[in-house]
Amino acid sequence: MSFFEAALYLEKGHLFEGKGFGSEISKGGEAVFNTGMSGYQEIYTDPSYLNQIVVMGSSQIGNTGINRQDLESSSLLLSGVVVREYCPVPSNWRSVQTLSDYLAMAKVPAIGEVDTREITQILRDEGAQRAVIFPTKGLKASEFKVQAEQLLKSVPLMEGLDLVSKVSCKEPYLFSEEGWKQNAGTIVVYDFGVKWNILRHFGKRGFKVQVVPFNMPAEEVMKYSPKAILLSNGPGDPATVPNSVGQIQKLIGKVPMLAICMGHQLLARAVGAQTYKLKFGHHGINHPVKDLSNNKIIITSQNHGFAVRAETLPGKEVQLNHINLNDGTVEGFCSESLKFYSVQFHPESAPGPSDASYIFEHFIRGFIQ
Amino acid sequence: MPKRTDIKKILLIGSGPIVIGQACEFDYSGTQACKALKEEGYEVVLVNSNPATIMTDPEFAHRTYIEPLTVDYLADVIAKERPQAILPTMGGQTALNLAMALSEKGILKKYQVELIGAKERAIKLAESRESFKEVLTQVGVDFPKSGLAKNLEQGVQVVERIGFPVVIRASFTLGGTGAAFAYNIEEFRIECAKGLEASPVSEVLIEESVLGWKEYELEVVRDSKDNVVIVCSIENFDPMGVHTGDSITVAPAQTLTDQEYQQMRDASLRIIRAVGVDTGGSNIQFAVDPKTGRQVAIEMNPRVSRSSALASKATGFPIARIATKLAIGYTLDEIPNDITKKTPSCFEPSIDYVVTKIPRFAFEKFPNSDPKLSPAMKSVGEAMAIGRTFKESLQKAMRSLENKWWGFNPISERRKLRSGTSWVEGVRQYIQTPKADRLIWLAQAFREGLSLDEIHVITHIDPWFLRNIEEIVTEEKRISHWAGRLNDVPFEELRHWKRMGFSDNGIAYFLKSSAEQVRAKREQLHLKPVYKMVDTCSAEFISTTPYYYSAYEKKGDDLPSQSKAKKVVILGGGPNRIGQGIEFDYCCVQASFAIREEGYESIMVNCNPETVSTDYDISNKLYFEPLFLEDILHIIDKEKPEGIVVHFGGQTPLNLSRKLAKLNLPIMGTSAEAIEIAEDRDKFRALCYKLEIKQPESVTVNDPDRALEAAEQLGFPLLVRPSFVLGGRGMEIIYNSRDFQKWLLKGTEISEESPLLIDRFLNNATEVDVDAICDGDDVEIVGMMEQIQEAGVHSGDSACSLPPMTLSTEIQKELERQTRVIALELKVKGLINIQFAIEKGEIFVLEVNPRASRTVPFASKAKGIPYAKIAMKVMMGKKLKDLKVQEKPMDLVYVKESVFPFQRFTGTDVILGPEMRSTGEVMGVGKTFGEAFGKSTIAAGFPLPKSGKAFLSVKDDDKEVAKNIAVQLSKLGFELCGTRGTAEALSQANIKISTVNKVNEGRPHVVDHIKNGEIQLVINTSALGVHEVGAAFELRRATLMRNLCYFTTIASAKAGVQAISEMKKINSGTHCLQDR
Repeated sequence: MSFFEAALYLEKGHLFEGKGFGSEISKGGEAVFNTGMSGYQEIYTDPSYLNQIVVMGSSQIGNTGINRQDLESSSLLLSGVVVREYCPVPSNWRSVQTLSDYLAMAKVPAIGEVDTREITQILRDEGAQRAVIFPTKGLKASEFKVQAEQLLKSVPLMEGLDLVSKVSCKEPYLFSEEGWKQNAGTIVVYDFGVKWNILRHFGKRGFKVQVVPFNMPAEEVMKYSPKAILLSNGPGDPATVPNSVGQIQKLIGKVPMLAICMGHQLLARAVGAQTYKLKFGHHGINHPVKDLSNNKIIITSQNHGFAVRAETLPGKEVQLNHINLNDGTVEGFCSESLKFYSVQFHPESAPGPSDASYIFEHFIRGFIQ
Repeated sequence: MPKRTDIKKILLIGSGPIVIGQACEFDYSGTQACKALKEEGYEVVLVNSNPATIMTDPEFAHRTYIEPLTVDYLADVIAKERPQAILPTMGGQTALNLAMALSEKGILKKYQVELIGAKERAIKLAESRESFKEVLTQVGVDFPKSGLAKNLEQGVQVVERIGFPVVIRASFTLGGTGAAFAYNIEEFRIECAKGLEASPVSEVLIEESVLGWKEYELEVVRDSKDNVVIVCSIENFDPMGVHTGDSITVAPAQTLTDQEYQQMRDASLRIIRAVGVDTGGSNIQFAVDPKTGRQVAIEMNPRVSRSSALASKATGFPIARIATKLAIGYTLDEIPNDITKKTPSCFEPSIDYVVTKIPRFAFEKFPNSDPKLSPAMKSVGEAMAIGRTFKESLQKAMRSLENKWWGFNPISERRKLRSGTSWVEGVRQYIQTPKADRLIWLAQAFREGLSLDEIHVITHIDPWFLRNIEEIVTEEKRISHWAGRLNDVPFEELRHWKRMGFSDNGIAYFLKSSAEQVRAKREQLHLKPVYKMVDTCSAEFISTTPYYYSAYEKKGDDLPSQSKAKKVVILGGGPNRIGQGIEFDYCCVQASFAIREEGYESIMVNCNPETVSTDYDISNKLYFEPLFLEDILHIIDKEKPEGIVVHFGGQTPLNLSRKLAKLNLPIMGTSAEAIEIAEDRDKFRALCYKLEIKQPESVTVNDPDRALEAAEQLGFPLLVRPSFVLGGRGMEIIYNSRDFQKWLLKGTEISEESPLLIDRFLNNATEVDVDAICDGDDVEIVGMMEQIQEAGVHSGDSACSLPPMTLSTEIQKELERQTRVIALELKVKGLINIQFAIEKGEIFVLEVNPRASRTVPFASKAKGIPYAKIAMKVMMGKKLKDLKVQEKPMDLVYVKESVFPFQRFTGTDVILGPEMRSTGEVMGVGKTFGEAFGKSTIAAGFPLPKSGKAFLSVKDDDKEVAKNIAVQLSKLGFELCGTRGTAEALSQANIKISTVNKVNEGRPHVVDHIKNGEIQLVINTSALGVHEVGAAFELRRATLMRNLCYFTTIASAKAGVQAISEMKKINSGTHCLQDR
């Protein structure tokens, strides 16, 4: 492969020139940083990154290529990839393709040889912002900014942007992998941009995993006679999915519910709490979360730009049960009477530590069985 | 959970002398532990036999005992101090083994002492390989097939079950002593026998070989509430088969997918929980089959380790400090992250750079030893570097090693290869075996056109690493394209090369230019590095801890200057090696403290991850950078310090001083000129002449053809020494013309630039080391140390006594006077070390070092005065009379004894000589010299026998003295035996002695007697520094392997016998430093 001249521009005026790989096209999105030191394949295939340009803090990316197993969805939905150094020749026994080829196939631009630490600091200090990656061939250096500003015009703001409808499945489908028994009842998954590893957690425990579009009416969901409903993760602002909040409200208390990330924010809104945009979000696999029920700490995988406002959670019936130890934000709540369990972090990890995977067990034992 | 209040007093066990496999990383962990415990209000009792450590400075613990690390002495300390708990996880395998022994002997129970950090059960589970495997089975973690054997027969049964190749590991050893590979039954029998001998419990583990697999380590920390975090993942560049201490290692892991990494992480969590390390750090090693991804656990250390020190430096997460706080009851969420100050320690550090560690070896000191790297550790030190990418950090680490590498120096020397093979074939063969310098040969292989696949097949090194080296070699060609045209090189190109980690010297090599010119060109282009922070979190949070590394990026992480204080830069000692180790780190740390006390800002530069000096809270700022001129100049350019300190880090910074002085940079204290006078033979000779101080007659030769003539004129025996050496490298005593001619043939360079110095050798002289501080007007004697071995044995290898045991007051006064005049004449400002020899009552000066010496920490401990600190203050302009050094009378005797790595270098003779070979030291404290010396031998691991049979075999010169020794030994109840010559000589003096055969005189011979345990003491002298093969060699190796007390010089034998006698009469027990 060969690199090409490319640049990254952040809307508050920061320009970085580097070496392009992946697809040689221009693309914009919201720039967010991720501090995880492993798992770029899972991150890039996570639908929650729709419309986002992911800046990797970890400085060597591409080392293990792309394999057939560690996919979190069937496609690459993010807008761009930013790395310090890209490795064009991967080394791993499962690797079947290079990252660059994989990105090129999915029309995702990428840029390397830029100081991702400096970009992370900008995003940390100024907040997440729109950005664009573009090839600079044929452009004079003095034209870079003009070109970038032009491209940015077509990049929508994240707040208020409906992304869920773009990533959710259009038709209901059954998700299954080899060897699953499907004899423990049905789990209906509201697909706001679900990661496959969430589905695998239920599937391998014997449940029939029925994935449905984000906008399926509650009545139709009930026709599946679900043992439980899963509100999945997904991209963007929870305020843009109001219809789903209404459906969730209809289902609360009727069927046990597990909510993750976007699902967690929607459930919060359904019980009357508010959500807000974090300055630069949580994107990494080392976030300490305290489970207030037993004071144990788990290291979690996280990827969200919005959060639930703690003081707006309804008091009596809903208990705040997880908090982030870095910044004290809400990481989870639950309700015995209303039969739901909700977490901001990703108990399915992929990428990240499996410390939180007990949440699935806990939910199944406490709410389904 | 808050800290425990039922405990008030905690005993901390150190790791003892620096040995291969246990170096100053345990001073780092112990010092952190002391600080952490003190901070929490506990009373800290510390026992360590190593006086060169920072932790044994009186201000670190409340009660400090520099005493032998044995059950008896520890029991004595416990009885006296009555601590409620012991923290055994900070002092390496030594402390862990001792804690177990104290438990087994019932001492913990008797005095109601509790182990904190790791309990007996956990230590047992992790340390016994058999039970560890049971744990792994229980928690479903895969491991190599294996079996235990208590004898050779059992071993053969096991290997029949597993199949070849196998690895053989001795149980309960440190640093992989006794681990080896066997490919066939013949090899197996040999290695199995060796392993059984090396194991203190005579047990070996025989394992399925995972040779060539990828190797990883995870650093795990757990608290009392079962919260577990992984601090760091480390990937070995060298695949399985090379001890991790001898491997190049990289953090974070580079070639694992998340799925594979999490599998390893999950396994680690299950293991630490099952083993039951309640609180603290552990290190777990894994091997991964590169073809299938199969993961197996290899071993676990339930304590802090060399790797945890590396992980702490690599991530900014201070494992030892945190582990200590966890041991006293805190949980991870209750301890703030020291670096960010805002987030808790309950997280997993994320790093946005690459860390590379390269070990440093000392094979040149151990001729005839096998230079092949194996599962038994052989390296003596390491350098670490931080870079934005692997290529950058690797090349920075290479120039941190100080072995003349500026990066991947091309190799032209072909003499290492077997004749008859082509160069390419030679290179191919060379890289097959892991050796100390294989790294640069890998690049050479690429230069010679070998393909990546081919090199991978030969070496099993992961293609990812090889690919990076290949990229560097490819880039060399692009640099060469500009050869001779430095001025035309565009900014972008130069920047690209710097970003890949090329040093100016490397670029200059390929451009056919000079490092100075490349530097000038960069200055003209304003191309210089910025400094990024080690912040534990990949910039997610703002950090305020000034722990820096350089990077060729546009923006640095500069903090606004904390104060307007003037700055002082301290250049550290770099990687440990023989002759330059922990003593110098001790001095650098003390200097930093002194600078801070004086209200200046101290800035530390060092690249050794094991040290205390590279702890981020020792100095105001820490630059983890190579001690390479280019990198130092960048820091000086950025910081613009008031002064630069080169005198505390040993030879490394001292060698840089001239270059720094040439650039008019402000060297503090003694001038570079004075350093040069001391090191330049001719200038120094002139100085001695002027001061009327005697030197052994000497001659400087710069023409090889004139060497013999000059030598004969001077007369034998004589001492040869190449110029500017460290630790006596290349120094030898030569007894006659024939040997001198032989020596010349070895090809030591003799030229104008590199003259050969020949001194008359002072036979049977007493050597004295004097350390002093001079402020330009006054001189304060730091210590006068009389060496126990005669002159000719390197001062770093000789045992020595403070105060001197035989010198008359008159001689002592004269030594002091000479020290004063030399120091004043050289205008020394700071420390000076002078080596004297006394031959028949006459004083000769051998060597002057106007810098901190190896003995400064020992003298400071013995006299209870922080001399390094005082010296630093003097260098900053204070006067000795204002510092009011109060010497107390010395009512105890302090003996330093050296510790050697001979057991690891089979094929090496243990005879001492002018070339230093010891790795560490211990101190013995007693009422008399004899008691102190006796204790020092116990601390050094070769305790003097109280009774039994002594074997004597001495050279002719020594026979007179040997008679006295023999008489005394008889009086002490020893039975005597000796070789024919010695026995005859002694019999004539009416001493009862039996004759035993030498090895070549038929059986049973002396080695048989030694192996049968019939001999308890060996006195075997021969010419100093002459390494023998054959009978004498075999005798000394056998002695060594049986851990027998032995003396190879007559002077030390004399001291030893005196010690045996006095130890019978006097036992003053243990002495606390703070009671003085």
